[in-house]
Amino acid sequence: MKKPILLDCRNVWKIYGAQAGRVHAEHRGNPSAETLKNQGLIGAVRNASVQIRQGEIFVIMGLSGSGKSTLVRCLSRLIEPTGGEILFEGQDLLTMRDKELIEIRRKKMGMVFQHFALLPHLTVLQNAAFPLEIQGMGKAEREARAREVVELVGLKGREDYYPRQLSGGQQQRVGIARSLAVEPDLWFLDEPFSALDPLIRREMQDEFLRLQNLLHKTIVFITHDFDEAIRLADRIAVMKDGEIVQIATPEELILNPATEYVEEFTRHIPRSKVLTLGSVMSPGAVAGEAAGDLQATQRIEDCADQIEASDLPFRVLSEGGTVVGSIGRQIVVDILIGRKVSL
Amino acid sequence: MIRLRQIIQNSTVQFWTILFTVTWLLSRYSWDLYKTLDARWIIKYPAAARLPLEDKISAFMQWLVEDASFGLFSFRDMTRFIASLIEAPYDFARDLLIEGFSVGLGNEAVEIAPSLSWIAIIVTLAAMGHYARDWKLAALMGGCFLYLAVFGQWDSAMVTLASVLIAVPIGAIGGLMLGIFAYRWPVFEQVIRPLLDLMQTVPVFAYLVPILFLFGFGPVAALVATIIYAMPPMVRVTILALRAVPGEVKDVGVMVGCTKHQLMWKVMVPSAAPMLMVGVNQVIMLTLNMVIIASMIGAGGLGFDVLTALRRLDIGGGIEAGVAIVVMAIALDRLSQAFASRVAADHQLDPDLPLVKRHPWTVTVLVVAVGTFLLARLLPGIQSYPEAATLSTGTFWSDVIGYINVNYFDTFEAIKTAFLSYLLLPVKRFFVGIPWAWGIIAMTLIGWRVGGIRLSGMAGLFTAFIAASGLWDKAMVTVYLCGVSVLVASAIGIPMGILAAQNDRANRVINSLIDTLQTLPSFVYLIPVVMLFRVGDFSAMIAVVLYALAPAVRYAAHGIRNVDPQLIEAGLVSGCTPRQLLWRIKLPMALPELLLGLNQTIMLALSMLVITALVGTRDLGQQVYIALTKADSGLGIVAGLSVAFIAIIADRILSASAKRAKQRLGLMS
Ligand SMILES: Nc1ncnc2c1ncn2[C@@H]1O[C@H](COP(=O)(O)OP(=O)(O)O)[C@@H](O)[C@H]1O
Ligand SMILES: [Mg+2]
Repeated sequence: MKKPILLDCRNVWKIYGAQAGRVHAEHRGNPSAETLKNQGLIGAVRNASVQIRQGEIFVIMGLSGSGKSTLVRCLSRLIEPTGGEILFEGQDLLTMRDKELIEIRRKKMGMVFQHFALLPHLTVLQNAAFPLEIQGMGKAEREARAREVVELVGLKGREDYYPRQLSGGQQQRVGIARSLAVEPDLWFLDEPFSALDPLIRREMQDEFLRLQNLLHKTIVFITHDFDEAIRLADRIAVMKDGEIVQIATPEELILNPATEYVEEFTRHIPRSKVLTLGSVMSPGAVAGEAAGDLQATQRIEDCADQIEASDLPFRVLSEGGTVVGSIGRQIVVDILIGRKVSL
Repeated sequence: MIRLRQIIQNSTVQFWTILFTVTWLLSRYSWDLYKTLDARWIIKYPAAARLPLEDKISAFMQWLVEDASFGLFSFRDMTRFIASLIEAPYDFARDLLIEGFSVGLGNEAVEIAPSLSWIAIIVTLAAMGHYARDWKLAALMGGCFLYLAVFGQWDSAMVTLASVLIAVPIGAIGGLMLGIFAYRWPVFEQVIRPLLDLMQTVPVFAYLVPILFLFGFGPVAALVATIIYAMPPMVRVTILALRAVPGEVKDVGVMVGCTKHQLMWKVMVPSAAPMLMVGVNQVIMLTLNMVIIASMIGAGGLGFDVLTALRRLDIGGGIEAGVAIVVMAIALDRLSQAFASRVAADHQLDPDLPLVKRHPWTVTVLVVAVGTFLLARLLPGIQSYPEAATLSTGTFWSDVIGYINVNYFDTFEAIKTAFLSYLLLPVKRFFVGIPWAWGIIAMTLIGWRVGGIRLSGMAGLFTAFIAASGLWDKAMVTVYLCGVSVLVASAIGIPMGILAAQNDRANRVINSLIDTLQTLPSFVYLIPVVMLFRVGDFSAMIAVVLYALAPAVRYAAHGIRNVDPQLIEAGLVSGCTPRQLLWRIKLPMALPELLLGLNQTIMLALSMLVITALVGTRDLGQQVYIALTKADSGLGIVAGLSVAFIAIIADRILSASAKRAKQRLGLMS
């Protein structure tokens, strides 16, 4: 019942420096970090494999300089990877001719940039209409479409402003509108909210989730902020020094961090915000009387008050409606106060 | 003071003292040496060993014009084709602004439409001023051009404006295209970069000669020279501006699926537009700078007026036309700067408004143009400014200069004599006396000392080229004039810069002074100087100093202002007096900037020196000028190259010194 794979990226490398291609080839496509260092090369992305599935929000998380931007630019072929394979809807992006690539970018991809990258000489409306203009769409038609997306991102009434007259948050809304104008299937966002103040960032994250509820795009979202990743992601890939350390759902990441490095990130995250009932319940049916029914996919944070207030445990139901386990006050309290829970 | 000297010389004192002493001794006694040894080659490069470059080049040019052919068409056809491309729009602009449109030739010409009336032209320029910025600029534009009409300079000014209108778009668009090619193909950039460097140092006169040869005397040759002169900065600015477009913006273009063409014209160029406009402004200023020089090969207009006045020593006429050029330069400079920094209207125009409201200026200009056209049938004064109403300042200026000369002649003469006998002549004797062979050796040594083996080789070779071309004496005169002027310019400019850096009021005054100096075309400096001091080295020096002052001031101010504030605080805490602060901290730390300023000053001085040849200096500039009057391409190019080589040697040596100083001060790793 898994969704089909939209973008399949296998063993992708991006090495910077002289003779990068030769070194990559000589070591049969797998030079060690040691080798690269000795040759004075920078392995910006090393052996990355990810599968992005239809409709998911896939977050790539890592500290600054860990290679996130480089990876996402390889995925959109803004830069040429040194090695590897990238399949988009089954077609190999890397061997594709320019014309096909342009066609795919025009119709199927959209991208949002960290520093907004709006064209200073165009108004909000013209910026949003820009991708359509490039495709050669008529003025009336593209402006009508641009009006729709500008309204969608909440900038109705500012269509004729220039980028410099807008705040950072508003500018990024324009960036988002522009990337959505062509109704892309695959949506890249490279640290879209990192340049914004924390309060605005939060507001934009909510806005982003609202949009995704409406649009159901397939999304590759880059961030260096673990909180943001947890909030938005269906799955997270954690990067370190060009390598993907772990790919998992937020919950798995917190429950089973693959390395100490990943664990370090998860330490300060309140578990109740991430863990679902399904992952912490006691399996099997309730022994005695139950206080009520809860869904396995619910997060603990959302039903903690309810469970705590009741002396009796709750039944936990799977998506199909069958009872899969129970949860009582003790477990919830343990998790809320951060006590190690044996799961 | 002591610290400063230490840093400059850094225990290499002996090298420079010895070098200087040997040079001085050889210079002083070269004549005696030649007499006692009976070796004439010591003071004169042997004619038998001269490079036959001049003749070769002249012969080549001859061949190019007369015989060269590319199969389908000859070289001549090509120059004719280029000429016709430029001539047609130029004629149109001239007809539109001043001559009026006519068909037929000579006496049989029939006017079919008059030119724009002077009122319409002034209104158009004022309208552009308002569109680009505000009412103040509109008033400035209107005022400047009204001045040209009232003071009887209108006809010449319009001829000049016509050539500006042609040269600027061609120069700007050509530069843009070359810049784009260079940005796209790094190989192309590597090819043109040395050419651009050379173009910056070769004096204009040097290529006036071959252009004159290829295109013949006339406006087309003048326009070609102007365009060649004004284009290189645009190429540089374009490359820089395109590089400065943020990577993300370029990525946007690629991600929305731009073709290469779309990426360039819809993303890169518009994003780079504000910086590109700075390049256009430079093209305009350089074009105006060339107006006078170009009139030597056939451009009419204000430049021609200045040139004839200079040649006839017509004081009033020269100043009048010179002021007119300045007025025009200021107006066009401000206008183009305003366009460069213009922020587009904050809200788009409402398409439902009537035409008049949407485009008030276009409509006004059209109404005025048509209105004055019709009214001019009744009142000729509306078509062209009535002669009777013009004012002439010519006699006024002649009187002023006459008055000064009558009453202060002795003072000026005394100043001039003092400078000549205590500064100019001793320095001249020193440089002219240096035997050519030692000159080559000394330059090789200096190059090796400051920059290493490559610089040493280059300096030696270039110096040898100059000697071998038989131009050693003239080159030494050039070096002497340039050296003295740079010395004086630095002696005035560096203190001004220091003052500007430390005092806000002084900064404002000095800045506006320097801004104005830089807007003036180089020729303009000559006029008052020649009027007061007549022709000769002293006048040349003053004109060069005025022209080359700006970089000395600018770099000194910049260097002092950029000294790390923590260092200054450290100095204050350890109890430095302001004086000590300046001499022990600010100046030593600003040394690299001062050296760069010196470099720029030398470049400007050399380019101006070629122009001062008109007032009778006997240096390389004079050679170029002679070549021009005799249409001797070989001499023109060789002498021009010699000036360029002097400039390049000076540039490389000073840049290398600045780099060393920076390393020593720990400003650079
Ligand atoms: N054009 C380049 N040339 C050389 N090194 C680069 C280049 N671009 C990026 N890098 C290096 O690759 C690494 C990853 O960079 P990047 O992908 O921008 O990181 P992130 O987006 O995660 O902050 C960094 O160490 C960076 O210095
Ligand atoms: Mg990044």
